[in-house]
Amino acid sequence: MATSILTSKVRTDRTGREPSAPVGQGRRIGSHVVLVILAIYFVVPLWWLAVASTKTNAGLFAGDALWFGSDFALWDNVTGLFTHQGGIYWTWFRNSFVYAVAGGVGATVLSVLAGYGLAKYRFRGRSVFFALLLGSVMVPMTALVIPTFVLLSGMGLLNTMWAVILPSLLSPVGVYLVRVYAQDAVPEEVLDAGRVDGAGELRLFFQVVLPLLRPAIVTVLLLTTVATWNNFFLPLAVLRDPNLLPVTVGIYNWQALSNAGAGGEQVWNLIVTGSFLSVVPLVAAFLSLQKYWQGGLSLGSVR
Amino acid sequence: MSLGSRVEAGTARPTSKIASRRQRWGYVYVAPFAAVFAVFLVLPLGYALWMSLHNKGIATAGRSVFVGADNYVKAFTDPVFLEGLWRVLRFVLVMVPVQIVVALVAALLLDTLATRLSRATRLLIFVPYAIPAVIGALMWGFLYSPRFGPAQDVFGLLGLTAPNFLSSANIFGSLVNIVTWQWVGYYMIIIYAALRSIDPSVYEAAVLDGADGRQIALRIKVPMISSSMVMIVVFALIGTLQFFTEPQVLRSSAQGAIPSDYTPNMYAFATAFNYSQFNYASTLAFALGFLVFVGSYVFLFLTRKQSGLK
Repeated sequence: MATSILTSKVRTDRTGREPSAPVGQGRRIGSHVVLVILAIYFVVPLWWLAVASTKTNAGLFAGDALWFGSDFALWDNVTGLFTHQGGIYWTWFRNSFVYAVAGGVGATVLSVLAGYGLAKYRFRGRSVFFALLLGSVMVPMTALVIPTFVLLSGMGLLNTMWAVILPSLLSPVGVYLVRVYAQDAVPEEVLDAGRVDGAGELRLFFQVVLPLLRPAIVTVLLLTTVATWNNFFLPLAVLRDPNLLPVTVGIYNWQALSNAGAGGEQVWNLIVTGSFLSVVPLVAAFLSLQKYWQGGLSLGSVR
Repeated sequence: MSLGSRVEAGTARPTSKIASRRQRWGYVYVAPFAAVFAVFLVLPLGYALWMSLHNKGIATAGRSVFVGADNYVKAFTDPVFLEGLWRVLRFVLVMVPVQIVVALVAALLLDTLATRLSRATRLLIFVPYAIPAVIGALMWGFLYSPRFGPAQDVFGLLGLTAPNFLSSANIFGSLVNIVTWQWVGYYMIIIYAALRSIDPSVYEAAVLDGADGRQIALRIKVPMISSSMVMIVVFALIGTLQFFTEPQVLRSSAQGAIPSDYTPNMYAFATAFNYSQFNYASTLAFALGFLVFVGSYVFLFLTRKQSGLK
C-alpha cells in the first residue's frame, strides 16, 4: 500500500530545503502576488474579528468595519463577558477546555494502544477488526448522533459531561494513523532485543515503543483535541443545561437569540469578543507548535 | 489489499508457544478502543437500523412496532429529504473541486518558493483550520451582513455595491465560500507535505528536457501525489454530504434563506429534536450514512489505481 511508503518518506521531510524546481524571476513575482492575495483572503475575516472585538455594540454598526472605532472597548467587552448572565461565558470556556482535554487525551491514549496492538501483535480476529476499522472511517459521525442521543438517554447520561466526553473517545482515524506509523517506526528487532533482555511487554511499551511513536502521538492528540474543541452537533443534541455547554454551542445560542430577540438580548459585542477569545487558544497552540504539526499533519496524507 | 501481506511479513513468526501466547497481548492493547468502538459506533449504528425498521407513537400506543421498510419508502419518496440530498450533491459538485483546486494551486506555488513570505503565507492559509466551524460561520455571517457592513466597505473601495450575500439566491455561494475558507488550509498542508516527499531528482531530468514550471507541476507533481489527492477528495466528500454546522449557524442571520430542512442532516436533526420523531429521524440518518459510505467506497474503487489502495 502506497501509504506506508509515504509515511516513511515523510519522516525525512525536506523542510527548509531549497525550492523543488528552478523558476524564472517573472514567474516568482507572479507567484508571490497570488500568494499575497490568498493570504489576504484567509486573514481578513480574522482581522475583522480582532478589530470588532474592540468595539461597543453601537460601534459595530458605525461603519469602517475593518478598522478600529473611536473607543477601544475590548476590556469593557471582556468585563461584560464576566457579568452577562452571571459570567456564563467563562463556564462555557472551561467546559470546552474540559471536553477538549478529556476527549483529546482519552482518544489519543486509546488510539495509541490499539494502533500499536494492531501493528505488532498477530492475534486472532485482528484482520477482521482492522477491516472494520477501515470501513468505519467512512461512516459519517453525524449519522451516529441521533441513535447516540437515544442510547445516552437510556443510560441516564443525557445532560452530563459524559454525554460529550464518552463519544469523543472514538477516533478510528487516530487508530489508523498510529497503526500505519507504528508498522515502520517500531522495528521488530528492537522489540525482540528487549524481550531477550527480559523486559515484559508493558515495560517494552512504555520505555521503548512510546518514545518511538512520539510524532504520531502529537498528531493524533492535535487532531482529536481540535475535533472535540470544534464539536457542535453532538453537544447541541445531548446537552440542555446551559451550564454544561461548550463555548461553540453557547455562542450559537446567543447569536440565535440576538438575531431573533429584542434590544436587551442583542449582545453583539459580547458575541464578537467571545468568539475572538474562543479562537485564541487553538490559534496560539497551532502557531507555537508549528514544528510538531507541520511534520505530523502530513501523516494525514497517509489516510 | 497489499497492506495485509506487508503485515504478515512483519510479524509472521508464531513458532513457539511463548511467542503465540505473547501475541495475545494484542487483545490487551486493542480492548479499550474496541469497547468504545462497540458502544459508540457499532451499537448506535445497529440501534439506528433497528429504530428505522420500527415505529412508535400515539398510533401504536407508545409501543415500538415493526414496520419493515416503510420508513425507507417514506424517506425516499419524501420531497424534503430528496431535495436536501440533491442540494448536498450540488454542494459536492461545486465545493469539493473549488477547495481542491485552491489548495492545490497554493501548495504547488509554495513548493516552488522558499522565501519568508511563502512560509508566512503557508501558516496564514492554515490558520482557519484551527477556528471552530461555528465561529467561522458566525464570523462570515457578520461579514456578509448588510447591518454590520464590512462587505459594503470592501465593495465600496472598488466603487461597487455589495450584493446581499444572505439572500436565497446567493446563500449557496456564500456557504461554499465559508467552507472553502475553513478547509483549504488543511488540504493544502496535506498536499504540500506530499509534494515535499517527492525526490527532487525526478524533476532534474524534466528540466534538462526543457520542461517549464507549469509542465512539471501538471505532468509530474500532480500525478505523483495522486494518492493524497484521492484521500482529500474522500475527506471533502464525506464532510460535504454531512453538511450541518455552517447552514445551521447561518440560519438565524439569513432569515428565510435557509429552511430548517436545508440539508439531510439538518432535516434529521429537526425531525428528532423539534418533532421528536426519533424513528423517522434514525431512518434519515441511517439512509444518509449509508449513502455517504457507499459514495466514498465507490469513489475509492473507481480511483483505486491513483490511490494505490488496490
